Amino acid sequence: MTTKLFGAPVQRREDPRLVSGNGRYLDDLGQSALAAAFVRSPYAHARILDIDVTDAIEIPGVIAIYTYEDLDGKTAERLPLLIPHPDLTNPMTGYCLSREVVKHVGEAVVMVVASDRYVAEDACQCIKVDYEQLAVVVGLENSRAAEALVHAEAPGNVAAHMVQEVGDTAAAIAAAPHRLDLSFQIERSASMPMEGKGVYARWDGDEQSIRLYSSTQTSTGVRAAVAAKLGMPLAKVECIAPDVGGGFGVKIVHPWAEEVLIPWAARRLDAEVKWVEDRREHFISSAHERAQLQEVEVGFDDAGRVLGLSVKFWHDNGAYTPYGIIVPIITSTQLLGPYKPGAYRCEFFSMYTNTVMVTPYRGAGRPQGVFAMERTMDAIADYLGLDRTDVRSANFIQVEDMPYDHGLLFQDGRPLMYDSGDFPASLAKLKDLVGWDDFAAYRKRAEAEGRRVGLGIGCYVEGTGVGPYEGGHIQIETSGRVNVSTGLTSQGQGHQTVFAQIVADELGVSIDDVFVTTGDTRRFGYAVGTFASRAAVMSGNAIALAARSVREKALRIAGEALEVDPGDLEIVDGIVRVKGDAESSIALATVAVMSNPLRYAFDESAQAATQFAGGTTDYSKPPVADGEEPGLEGKEYYSPTQATFANGMHAAIVETDPETAEITILRYCVIHDCGRMINPMIVEGQVHGGVAQGVGGALYERMVYDDAGQLLNASFMDFLMPYASEVPHIETDHLETPSPLNPLGIKGAGEAGCIPVSAVIASAIEDAEGFPITSMPISPDELWDLRRRHAEGLIPDLRRGSMTTTNAPKPTKT
Amino acid sequence: MTETIRTDAEPLVEITLHVNGVKHTAAAPTRRLLSDFLRHELRLTGTHVGCEHGVCGACTVLVDGTPMRSCLMFAVTAQDYEITTVEGLAEHVEDSGNGNPPGAITIMPTMSPVQQAFIECHGLQCGFCTPGFLTTITAYLRENPDPTETEAREAISGNLCRCTGYQNIVKSVIRAAEIAKERGVGA
Repeated sequence: MTTKLFGAPVQRREDPRLVSGNGRYLDDLGQSALAAAFVRSPYAHARILDIDVTDAIEIPGVIAIYTYEDLDGKTAERLPLLIPHPDLTNPMTGYCLSREVVKHVGEAVVMVVASDRYVAEDACQCIKVDYEQLAVVVGLENSRAAEALVHAEAPGNVAAHMVQEVGDTAAAIAAAPHRLDLSFQIERSASMPMEGKGVYARWDGDEQSIRLYSSTQTSTGVRAAVAAKLGMPLAKVECIAPDVGGGFGVKIVHPWAEEVLIPWAARRLDAEVKWVEDRREHFISSAHERAQLQEVEVGFDDAGRVLGLSVKFWHDNGAYTPYGIIVPIITSTQLLGPYKPGAYRCEFFSMYTNTVMVTPYRGAGRPQGVFAMERTMDAIADYLGLDRTDVRSANFIQVEDMPYDHGLLFQDGRPLMYDSGDFPASLAKLKDLVGWDDFAAYRKRAEAEGRRVGLGIGCYVEGTGVGPYEGGHIQIETSGRVNVSTGLTSQGQGHQTVFAQIVADELGVSIDDVFVTTGDTRRFGYAVGTFASRAAVMSGNAIALAARSVREKALRIAGEALEVDPGDLEIVDGIVRVKGDAESSIALATVAVMSNPLRYAFDESAQAATQFAGGTTDYSKPPVADGEEPGLEGKEYYSPTQATFANGMHAAIVETDPETAEITILRYCVIHDCGRMINPMIVEGQVHGGVAQGVGGALYERMVYDDAGQLLNASFMDFLMPYASEVPHIETDHLETPSPLNPLGIKGAGEAGCIPVSAVIASAIEDAEGFPITSMPISPDELWDLRRRHAEGLIPDLRRGSMTTTNAPKPTKT
Repeated sequence: MTETIRTDAEPLVEITLHVNGVKHTAAAPTRRLLSDFLRHELRLTGTHVGCEHGVCGACTVLVDGTPMRSCLMFAVTAQDYEITTVEGLAEHVEDSGNGNPPGAITIMPTMSPVQQAFIECHGLQCGFCTPGFLTTITAYLRENPDPTETEAREAISGNLCRCTGYQNIVKSVIRAAEIAKERGVGA
């Protein structure tokens, strides 16, 4: 019997290519294409008075220069609102090239096409644009004050206002024995993949068709949007996501202006055109995430049980809302984590500012929601003098409560209903892993050495594998090669490996014979995309279903050939054989030959399927039976009724330097439950990467805008992404609570790692310092400043009743 | 707004580079970065460009064996050196097994210890930053063939990776040192 691959740490099929320089990323393609570059707005809010290209057009090698006035048809209209919502009453999207007014620094104003990128950038520098500066809105406070408006169409700078409530929250809080009012803040970060965006378009004048390559998380989405914008039949547009150097959310947005403009220019110039985003462009013209101001009102009993929870937050959506209000909706629903408050009300305002727009970045609103909820849990524990894990336990949804319906609508427009999870078991594992109950003794020893340490915790639930659907296609060639395709895309998640593992197991073939293609509309036309930790759940299950259907067909054909009941057959190592009688067998490759009745043989093996090849023929039946199709292939879709909910709990021990306020993570522990794991090595890698991004968001990364809307740290020199020296050793353990919702019992894992990190680190720093931490990220100088304000009495002490603390003296004044 | 048919570009110079043991000559403007020259003139696209200001390390190549940021060098200034890119890391080893007739030996390209370690330890995800790590670690292990985990972490702390959280890259450094020892060769 073939070794089972599902669940095994199979080495990645992608890697030999990628470690030897044979990857093919966007800029590796189209070596002879013309290059595009953009003149982008230097102002956050300004009216364009004049554009003078006289000098630029004289530069040798410049092919074309385009402004908004050159756009035609639907390319001159606003970019699409991808996800409308009734509460998004003032949606706003940009144009491919700025029309009259720019709304943030970095908006594309002029496109230059030239013989190469160097020349295109020379030309950009020679283009003079006159602007009349307008009043700028930066930051949520200014947006709320609304002394200036980002869009005249959005009064008060409000894009959306949404309220969801379950129960009578106000009454529940009023009746509760205890009450707390809390305020929190999270700043901006960004996906920041190592490869920026990029587009390469080949116009075929003979066929009047476009082949488009984009570094995207959705090739089907880009294809449909480009066809619509260019007024072309879908059949004349192909879109391929080649190797993609990371996505993390930013590349799910589509079509980017450049994804429309590059094929538009290619058609207009009858040439190949390519644009590759540089790092500064990525900072100022892609997308950011995270920034929110939150106010929490919570009522609870003596055990810390939350009787009523009311959350109000303001979400900075930047200058445009093409991705709708998905991020704040996720915050407002996933905030609840593993808990069941008696009553819950969440109200949010999604606000415009003259900054880069905000769209999902790994975690997608969850880190903010978890921050609010977990800070609240810690505050309750501190208020009551209870252990922080006891307060969490008191609020957990229990195994017997599953499936648990929160009574809210999730980001997919369907009920927020948890399918499975064992939160008490996860917590017990976490406490073991980090040594929760031994921490007080550890802290005592550390304090004796003059060190200041703290222990933090954070729990989350993540809705993964949202619909509407994905599909899988499997074709077995007459050589025995198994071609697998699915429409969604890959950005490093190892899809070529995990999908091959599924197929090898389901079909009974060697993984070496399985070849997976993702994100190529030539191979699979229907798909949604790779986001929301959905690829393994959605495409994994679709591919498994397709494999089962192909297997069934193979057994049927082989059963006829071997004159046995298909139920008595098995497939092992690519050979269909009678169970218990390995001599009676037929190769899957031969079954593939027989599945396709031929008139013309193309090689020796194909002769077996030709019309005079002999064998018994029932002349009353057609060569291809009713309801059958030629070829050993199959296609299935997986479309779930709802998301499947993964969960996890993290704990960290940090040390804060009493003098310098430097923050060091001494230990970082993760318990993760994503149902059955296809490849634990890859799941672990996803968790590692997520935690690292979480550490960045907790301690280092922020987008610093000045009052004029200039992004002051738009480079890797100034935007501090963690190097290896900043990411601690990550200790992980897994729980596997299978999802009852899908055939493979799996849940998504892509985003998990980053979700609770800011909450965990804040919890640990708070525990070390003895005063509340309410705003993230936090740098040493900010912590130092908090210490000063605490010493001046401006920030209260924690009550420090927790059993994980010793009766340490108050932190020394610095 | 304006389209032109002029295509006469700036003056080109002949640039000769020694890359991965092979001499290449191509014409390019003097301002062409080494990274762009390798990628676009020589079509050695394994060297990636992540930031174009020398911070991320994705474009790291070996210049006479020393890791250098190829986005911070002009191609014309690299002419006197031996350049090694990710395409040049694979070793060519004698292979006397796998279907060869008895006694026959073929020379097979084989993953270097560092490449092999990255595959075994899941040291890469999207793979975009990976060539810069591979070249950096290759040079590091030549000078430090037996690093501790702390030293391994320090050695890779000049390169950015957004996918892996570095855990498995640290493991890869240690594993590469082991493989090199097992093979009795350098990294």
